[in-house]
Amino acid sequence: MSLITEHLVVLNLDSPDRHAATRVLAQALADEGRVTDLDGFLADVRKREEQMPTGLPGGIGIPHARSAYVTEPSLVFGRAPDGIDWGAEDGPATLIFLIAAPEGGGEDHLKILANLARRLMRTEFRNSLMNAPDATTVVDVVTREVVNP
Amino acid sequence: MKFVGVTSCPTGIAHTYMAAEGLEQAARAAGHEIEVETQGSAGFEPLSPETIAAADAVIFAADVPVRDRARFAGKPLVEAGVKKAISDGPGLIAKAVATAEEAQADPGAFAASHAASPARGGGGLASKVDSSAPVGTRIRQWLMTGVSYMIPFVAAGGILIALSFMVAQLAGGKNGAIVVTKLYSLTGPPVPNPTHIVNIVTDFNPTDGMQWAALLFLVGGAAFGFLVPILSGFIAFAIADRPGLAPGIVGGFIASTIGTGFLGGIATGFIGGFAALWISRWSVPKGVRGIMPVVVIPLLSTIITGAALLLILGRPLKAVSNGLTSWLTGLTGSNLIILGVILGLMMGFDLGGPVNKVAYTFATTGLVAAGTSTDAPALKIMAAVMAAGMIPPLGMALATTMRPKLFSEPERENGRAAWLLGASFISEGAIPFAAADPWRVIVSSMSGSAVAGGLVMLFGNTLRAPHGGIWVTPLIGSPLLYLLAIAIGTMVTAAVVVALKTAGPGPVKTDLDLDVEVATV
Repeated sequence: MSLITEHLVVLNLDSPDRHAATRVLAQALADEGRVTDLDGFLADVRKREEQMPTGLPGGIGIPHARSAYVTEPSLVFGRAPDGIDWGAEDGPATLIFLIAAPEGGGEDHLKILANLARRLMRTEFRNSLMNAPDATTVVDVVTREVVNP
Repeated sequence: MKFVGVTSCPTGIAHTYMAAEGLEQAARAAGHEIEVETQGSAGFEPLSPETIAAADAVIFAADVPVRDRARFAGKPLVEAGVKKAISDGPGLIAKAVATAEEAQADPGAFAASHAASPARGGGGLASKVDSSAPVGTRIRQWLMTGVSYMIPFVAAGGILIALSFMVAQLAGGKNGAIVVTKLYSLTGPPVPNPTHIVNIVTDFNPTDGMQWAALLFLVGGAAFGFLVPILSGFIAFAIADRPGLAPGIVGGFIASTIGTGFLGGIATGFIGGFAALWISRWSVPKGVRGIMPVVVIPLLSTIITGAALLLILGRPLKAVSNGLTSWLTGLTGSNLIILGVILGLMMGFDLGGPVNKVAYTFATTGLVAAGTSTDAPALKIMAAVMAAGMIPPLGMALATTMRPKLFSEPERENGRAAWLLGASFISEGAIPFAAADPWRVIVSSMSGSAVAGGLVMLFGNTLRAPHGGIWVTPLIGSPLLYLLAIAIGTMVTAAVVVALKTAGPGPVKTDLDLDVEVATV
């Protein structure tokens, strides 16, 4: 099992708003069998998003949830060249990371997600994802930096 | 400078760690040192007390309450939301530098302004509750916190009572274990005093072995009086931190007094904890804020808990207890084996609670009525009730020996004492297990107790003593068969609890240590 696969990369995300974009990314999880109930999972993500939007400075959005509908810890990476408003003060998000964690996840998996969150704060990591030519490169970068650092 | 930080967020999988990274990057860039405790869902490694002591200032970047806040009491503190640390780590670090310098420049004023604000958190008492864990896990962690603080009281009280029975048998012969429970008191004696009750305080006679036994019995009984209050108080403490203690302990004491047993104590723990938590989250005017922790929260949460117990639980409890008593009285004369099974189920259900007490009182009342008869059904009923009451601790002791991995460390410790407590007919020895994992333990203790109760009736054992466990063996009819019934019941309870626990989730992972750490700051 792996945190991210090539099927979990969406390089030309062009949804009108963050909820539609989240649905597109979550659909990839459902297609891969990592989410058992798409609407249930989206409701969990939305609940978190409504507490406070997860957009961050630097064009980042990190919708995320711990949800009973998630079967394994997963990351869906989306790149939106035109930007999608994610509630951050400095403008729309171009890099979207949908993070899905199972409700009762084991500690090892949660540590991988913790690694991921820390990497998101590093400019080099963001840049290599921003400039990745294809899905394979995205998966390689994440695997190298997050899963086997 | 040296800093420590704590980050936490509602979900505990993203912002917590990004904020930690943000603070670390900013500190490094500005030439400072920082250690950050990430209170996320991957668990957290607490900062060492030395690290906290050495820090010039503390930074909380948290959207949910920081766990064990009391560790940082008295340090210069910068508080912000978790997003602030992500978007503006350097800003927070700069603020921490300013706060630290201010405190160093005028330590007197700083200390004075902080001494006035009551420390929040547990003041060194440990409750390892992971605030981001799923609800089911948190409930078990709350229960486990209460249980682990209760265990020393169970062990102290139970072993003292067991020792008292042993000494009483040596000093007072085969009726010693009965006499010791009846004829000694810490108050009194009553007037008139037809049974010659001896006041242990004023009339202690060191050459009388029975009085030493009575001393052990009375001190053990005092320790047992705290079981339910401490259980309740520390469940509430785990939920609400220190504000939970007063409503929890007072509620538990009332529960104990009106005879609700440990199940009532669990209820008051939850009511008291959530009442305190709810009130502590009110937003109040600044003037009132200062008296919230010392007056408002304890006052309101305690009256809420006490009133809820007395007005809502009290009456139905009394009704249930009366109903069960008259039902049992109606059963007298029917098949004794069925009666033994029913009494066993009741003894195993709440371990000293109202249902257990109905069965026990039923047996002891019959004993009085039986007078000097040697073959009355009442003597068999007493034998069945005592055997059934010995099963739960013995069964748990056996289960912790057979399959230690299914139990947490405090439970395994308690399992060792439970052998002696069970053998002495102190059903309370099983309460720590039942409070930590109620339905699995209650189902298994009821099964084994029912089997033992039925078998005793089948074997036709008799007993003339109301208490004492194996220490009154000389008073039991056909003692070997009696011990066989107890052994079988014990194995049934152990087998059922092992089966249920194997199928369910493992023990709550807590490394609760009961050492009361001295606050380092």
